[in-house]
Amino acid sequence: MENKRFDEIRKTFEKDLVDISDINVLNDLKVKYLGKKGLITELNSEIKNIPNEDKKEFGMKVNELRTIFNDYYDSMKEKIEKIELNKRLENEAIDISLPSTKINVGAPNILEKVIEEVEEVFLSMGYDVVDGPEIEEDKYNFEMLNIPKGHPARDAQDTFYIEGEEILLRSQTSPVQVRTMLKGKGEVPIRMICPGKTYRRDDDDASHSHQFMQIEGLLVDKNISLSDLKGTMDVLFKRLFGDKIETRFRPSYYQFTEPSVEVDITCVNCGGHGCNVCKHTGFVTVVGAGVVHPNVLRMSGYDPEVWSGFAFGFGAERLAMMKYDINDIRTFYNADLRETQVFDREDEE
Amino acid sequence: MISLNWVGDYIDIKDQDVNELALKITKAGINVEGVVTHHIDNLVIGKILSVSDHPDSDHLHICVVDVGDEELQIVCGAPNVKEGLKVIVAKVGSILPGDFEIKKSKIRGVESCGMICALFELGLEEKTEENYSKGIEELDDNAPVGEDPLVYLGLDDTLYDLDIHKHRNNDCYYHIGFAYEIACILNRKVTLPSLEFKTIKEKINDHFKLEVKTSKCSYYMAREVRNVKIGESPEFIKKRLLAAGMRPINNVVDISNYVMLEFGQPLHFFDKDKLGDKIVVRDAKDKEEIVTLDGKTRVLDSDDIVITDGKKSVCIAGVMGGENTEVDENTKNILIESAIFDPVSIRYTSRKLDLPSEASIRYGKGLSFEYTEMASKRACHLLEKYAGAEVLDGYILVDNENHEDKVLSFKASDVDQILGMKISEDDMKKELDRLDFPFKYKNGVFTVTIPRRRLDIDCNVNDIAEEIGRLYGYNNIVSSVPTVSVRRGEYIGDVKYRKMVSKRLRTLGLTEVKTYTLVSPEMASKFIYEDRSQVHLPNPMSLDKSIVRTTLIPSLMNVYEYNKARGVSDISIYEIAKTYDTNYDEITKICGLLTGNYLTNTWQGSMKVDFYVVKGILENLLDYMGYNGRYSFIRSDCSDLHPGVGANIILDGKKIGIVGKVHPNITKKDIYVFELNLNSLYGKTSKLKYKEAFKYPSIEKDMAFIIDKKLDVSEVINTIKKASNKTLQTVSVFDIYEGDKIDSNKKSVAFSLSFNGVDHTLTDEEVMVIFNKIIDKVVSTHNAELRDK
Repeated sequence: MENKRFDEIRKTFEKDLVDISDINVLNDLKVKYLGKKGLITELNSEIKNIPNEDKKEFGMKVNELRTIFNDYYDSMKEKIEKIELNKRLENEAIDISLPSTKINVGAPNILEKVIEEVEEVFLSMGYDVVDGPEIEEDKYNFEMLNIPKGHPARDAQDTFYIEGEEILLRSQTSPVQVRTMLKGKGEVPIRMICPGKTYRRDDDDASHSHQFMQIEGLLVDKNISLSDLKGTMDVLFKRLFGDKIETRFRPSYYQFTEPSVEVDITCVNCGGHGCNVCKHTGFVTVVGAGVVHPNVLRMSGYDPEVWSGFAFGFGAERLAMMKYDINDIRTFYNADLRETQVFDREDEE
Repeated sequence: MISLNWVGDYIDIKDQDVNELALKITKAGINVEGVVTHHIDNLVIGKILSVSDHPDSDHLHICVVDVGDEELQIVCGAPNVKEGLKVIVAKVGSILPGDFEIKKSKIRGVESCGMICALFELGLEEKTEENYSKGIEELDDNAPVGEDPLVYLGLDDTLYDLDIHKHRNNDCYYHIGFAYEIACILNRKVTLPSLEFKTIKEKINDHFKLEVKTSKCSYYMAREVRNVKIGESPEFIKKRLLAAGMRPINNVVDISNYVMLEFGQPLHFFDKDKLGDKIVVRDAKDKEEIVTLDGKTRVLDSDDIVITDGKKSVCIAGVMGGENTEVDENTKNILIESAIFDPVSIRYTSRKLDLPSEASIRYGKGLSFEYTEMASKRACHLLEKYAGAEVLDGYILVDNENHEDKVLSFKASDVDQILGMKISEDDMKKELDRLDFPFKYKNGVFTVTIPRRRLDIDCNVNDIAEEIGRLYGYNNIVSSVPTVSVRRGEYIGDVKYRKMVSKRLRTLGLTEVKTYTLVSPEMASKFIYEDRSQVHLPNPMSLDKSIVRTTLIPSLMNVYEYNKARGVSDISIYEIAKTYDTNYDEITKICGLLTGNYLTNTWQGSMKVDFYVVKGILENLLDYMGYNGRYSFIRSDCSDLHPGVGANIILDGKKIGIVGKVHPNITKKDIYVFELNLNSLYGKTSKLKYKEAFKYPSIEKDMAFIIDKKLDVSEVINTIKKASNKTLQTVSVFDIYEGDKIDSNKKSVAFSLSFNGVDHTLTDEEVMVIFNKIIDKVVSTHNAELRDK
């Protein structure tokens, strides 16, 4: 069958359906062919003039025309959109080399970072981290630690007294040990560390500070010996400074422990080869420790026939100075933020 | 200082290398801090050939000194240089203590090739004013020119500088005590020096009496000697004293010092002829006066102990003798005091009088009466031998010392249990022998008698374990770890909350600082916003650090200043610390300071810290801790905050802190601070629960009002919330306008409200009912004008 109008429209395809890149031109074409008065739409209304026997064939042909147009339209649209997206992306590109927006650094104080590392080691071994008052009673700071009034060990600590000889700024964190034992009423085993501020009448200089952070620990249980202390110190310093660190004990004397030892560790500075820091011995002393004195246990309500324990203490400043190669203790209290803010990061193991 | 030559009198150590021995001693617990061998290269004996005045100085002299192989020109300022004098010369190249190298130099234009020395310059004496004014050391005429002067003086000794713990400070600082320490380390025996002397017939008891009227003197022994001949000490005594840093004076004084350095027991020698016929030891009276042998008048009180002869005070016991009974060159007869005084009292007196004498230091450590007695005899022995003394028969004595032996029984396994290492019974016996602790062994039980010289040892097995452990060697301890705990430790109490706050504040960009608890009066007078009186230290080291702070804000202001001065201008810091008042009530404070940029962008524009940033940080913190909806901010009355830019933080109706801009009177910079009472944030929150989000879409409505400029927007928000029902979810402020278009005393505030149905989608009609109700309420309550909706 022949239809003049159909052929005319079919012919316009060749002229119209060419490669274009303007979405408006494409949309105009859509209106031209498929709009209400569009050419293909018009053919649909033509159908009523077609003899019945040809109607089916005509219909198919018109549909074919519509399909051709739609395919053309879709492919053009996709192509144009792609071009436009690319254009937009290109326009939106920024200079990624420009400086960022700086978000303030929230770093721990250097001392606190070291303390937190120590705490983590002991928390994992079942020690609680506890705290006590900084204004203390003589009873807890000295007497119950086997340092009676008039004992020369008191002079060495050069204490800040507040009220006679009864109330003072604690010169050590050991009173927290006493308080913890009293709370335990001689009935339960104790594992605790107590990092905290302590005060002594020292003039501030590169290696002295009238205020400093002590970390003390106490373990009270049954059948505890010096070898348990040794093992615990091994764990602590290997975790803090690495597996190559060795610990050794040297005899010492403290009022609240007996036997007392000083714990030396492999010099972190030279790895034990000998240097100025360790006075060429390969070891540096970091901890004072020992087996809890029976008098101390007894005074705090723990029967030394049943219970035994060890206690240890060290200065957080000294540890931090060793770990980060800092040579002035005032560094921690001056808080130069340019120095502190570097510590807002994880440390390598 | 311990002289090894001297210790060698009591124990054989000739075979020991001094440095290795020092290591062994240190390993066993007494720290040998320094090994000083008295040898200095290029130190020679010289003879001054001529002395002439320096042309350009009124006190310097130009000396020509013969040092054996050459003659040196040396400029010397000592007052006692003179021709013919034998002296100690440090030639060019010698290095004196303190790393002081002698070099060829010009002193006021005159060449000087060395230095003529005083003993203190060689580290052989203390550098005191007295020693300084004495000038150079004068050697005797026999001194061989060109030889080593230290060998000639017998000072080629090795000295150990000991760092002794308080515990062992009463037995290791004198030569015999230290010999015992070496003996147990080397497993050798100590030989005590001779205590023998002859006595004359006359008895001291016949004419001399003793009364001790104070509880602070537990032992007092006196002996009397006659007809001493004051003169020079024998060489060995002089050398020993010099080596120990004491200047020889005369045989009698030197002997008292010598015995003190041997036994640790200070002796006091009275000139018997200046003394009455008795000794009374008693507590001093308040304001009692005595002239001590340094010529100064000392005022005592009832805490001091004084010695009198019944008529006059003759000695401040244990501290310093009186001038009135001092031994001098004419002394013939001597009363020897050997006593024990209460260490606490002696320490108190010597501190109070600022008189740290050789005697008081030793009394302050505590003494063993065994040696008090021996020292008395030893003094008689030496006085007889070197000062021609005749010793009277007998002694007078008051002895209130406890003579009971300290005895301790234990099993080897008790020691094992403490040390955590296995020591066999045989080893235990060997160790006790080494210690020279007498013991019996029966059926596995050791019964040990503690020697009296070891004042530090009580009667518990830990003491023995310590002694055995340090000698046996802690290296033999094997590591073990106490039974593994099944529970992880926890942060307890205050610590838990400090960690919680720290974690969040760091996340919000605040850096933690640590500052001092003790502050100056100036700091303590700032930022007082609570009713807490401050603790003032009665004896501060300096005014700077004299008050226990009640607030941390002034400390953080100092950190700000410190950093500002170093060019840091963007500062966000916090500190958490305890504060105390005169009731010793403890409040842990969280304090923050922020200034400069909170977010910095150098080319797009930064976000500066302002009140709302800090408020946001606090809200974030409080929400994190679980206090959402329970806090509010009301205008603050803290006089050090900007009156218009400061707030009290209220939680459950109670003030828990302040936040605001620092008052322009304090700083011209825009600095914001906050402080919270952490104690009021301990565990008062409810358990965290899951809450389902709304299923139905929300409806947003905006409204704007013109209100009084001074009206807090929070008041309007409260009114909005009150006027609404539970469908109102959030109210936010999205615009504030002040300016030409409205009255100058008014502001326009625009709110955005979000409504949500609990069980159905709200209709516009439903919302409008509430919405209009809200508008009416705001207009009527706040005299507001609806601007827009």
